[in-house]
Amino acid sequence: MKIKVNGQAYDIAAQPWRTLLDVLRYDLELTGTKEGCGTGSCGACTVLMDGRAVNACLVFCAEAEGKEIITIEGLAQAGRLHPLQQAFMDEGAVQCGFCTPGVILTAKAFLDQNPRPTEARIREAIAGNLCRCTGYDKIVRAIMSVARIADKGSV
Amino acid sequence: MATVHVRSIAEFEYRAPESLAEALELLGTEARAGKVLAGGTDLVLQMKQGLARPSLVVDVKQIPELNRLTWSEPVGLVIGAAVPLVQVLAFAGLPKTFGILLEACSLIGSMQIRNRGTIGGNLCNGAPSADSAPPLLCLGAEVVLASSKAARAIPLEQFFLAPGKTALAAGELLVEIKVPTPPARSAGRYLRHTTREEMDIAVAGVASFITAAPQPGRLKTARIALGAVAPTPVRAYQAEAALVGQVVTKETIAEAAEIAAGEASPISDVRGSGEYRREMVRVLVRRTLTSVCEELGIDV
Repeated sequence: MKIKVNGQAYDIAAQPWRTLLDVLRYDLELTGTKEGCGTGSCGACTVLMDGRAVNACLVFCAEAEGKEIITIEGLAQAGRLHPLQQAFMDEGAVQCGFCTPGVILTAKAFLDQNPRPTEARIREAIAGNLCRCTGYDKIVRAIMSVARIADKGSV
Repeated sequence: MATVHVRSIAEFEYRAPESLAEALELLGTEARAGKVLAGGTDLVLQMKQGLARPSLVVDVKQIPELNRLTWSEPVGLVIGAAVPLVQVLAFAGLPKTFGILLEACSLIGSMQIRNRGTIGGNLCNGAPSADSAPPLLCLGAEVVLASSKAARAIPLEQFFLAPGKTALAAGELLVEIKVPTPPARSAGRYLRHTTREEMDIAVAGVASFITAAPQPGRLKTARIALGAVAPTPVRAYQAEAALVGQVVTKETIAEAAEIAAGEASPISDVRGSGEYRREMVRVLVRRTLTSVCEELGIDV
């Protein structure tokens, strides 16, 4: 079967019982997407499917056929970092980096739909992305710096 | 979150029928014991845990009859079983009186979960804590079930039988949920208590929905539904009866909350003791009732 990831079509084995996460990491060797829990609770496996943030660990690869999948590897364009990637670096929002691909993609999907969010709405939006290192403040700050923020927030 | 031993999923045949008839034929073959896949946020997890081991998975996401999302005054709100929560939440033009349902749906999981998960799946999973259930019970929802032989509509009250068990017969699937348009001068609230701020399963969930009577301070109808405090989501019928037919005051609300707490039959588990859950019912019934009275300008 075919899936389309970061604008490129790939041929993969038609084994529907494998999750999209497994296929991305093991078949396509796109290891930016991480497995944190396997249960859809931590968000480390977040990818965009037709523009929406989803937990790849709960998607069978067969369900991904015909969809546009974007992983963290697909954010940078022609060597130029996405503003969110740059902001995470500038704000020090990356420590171990394990949650980072997932939360950046969540933030991207959120900002695409909500260009002028409040800080409270940003925190709600990333509720499905757990971070054990940063305490979230710098992550929120990074996202706020990219958004046309509706309030100055208090972070 | 309970310790989950996540393992690889056993092989299965995956089918994605384009028509309801084809889906029902696939599910009607009892020997195959096919499982319905919509958002997958419950099913895929259960398959990883070994709690479900279907040899056939029927993906229903591309079936038109399961993707309706419409509202009109006479018909009410129709939500196809495969419509993701994110789409329900984005439905523009719904009367404010449906707010209680949207309030509950916005609490389910995370953005990632709501982009895939469905109300249909939330109901069919049959968890007593299903957040969409108490509001739908209050709103008088009914569910349309279909098999290859027949279709039937039953009130949601009759849908939940036991934890994880619904009235779906073998070979039946949930097609859609129908919610009548609430009367004017109605208001509803859903509150739940969770251990964490986000992404948790309700310790207790309460939906209260009232319609004001013409006489000041009185209610035409009161509906109270409880989640996570009984084997299934339940209506607190006695508490409802206690509210209607007299002027609503702070005292009658407190009394109704007490009665509702008695109508719960909560278990003690890792999220809370039975006593604590009962207390949360008392608190949340009081809070939701106070909130909806305030919204309708009823002084309590």
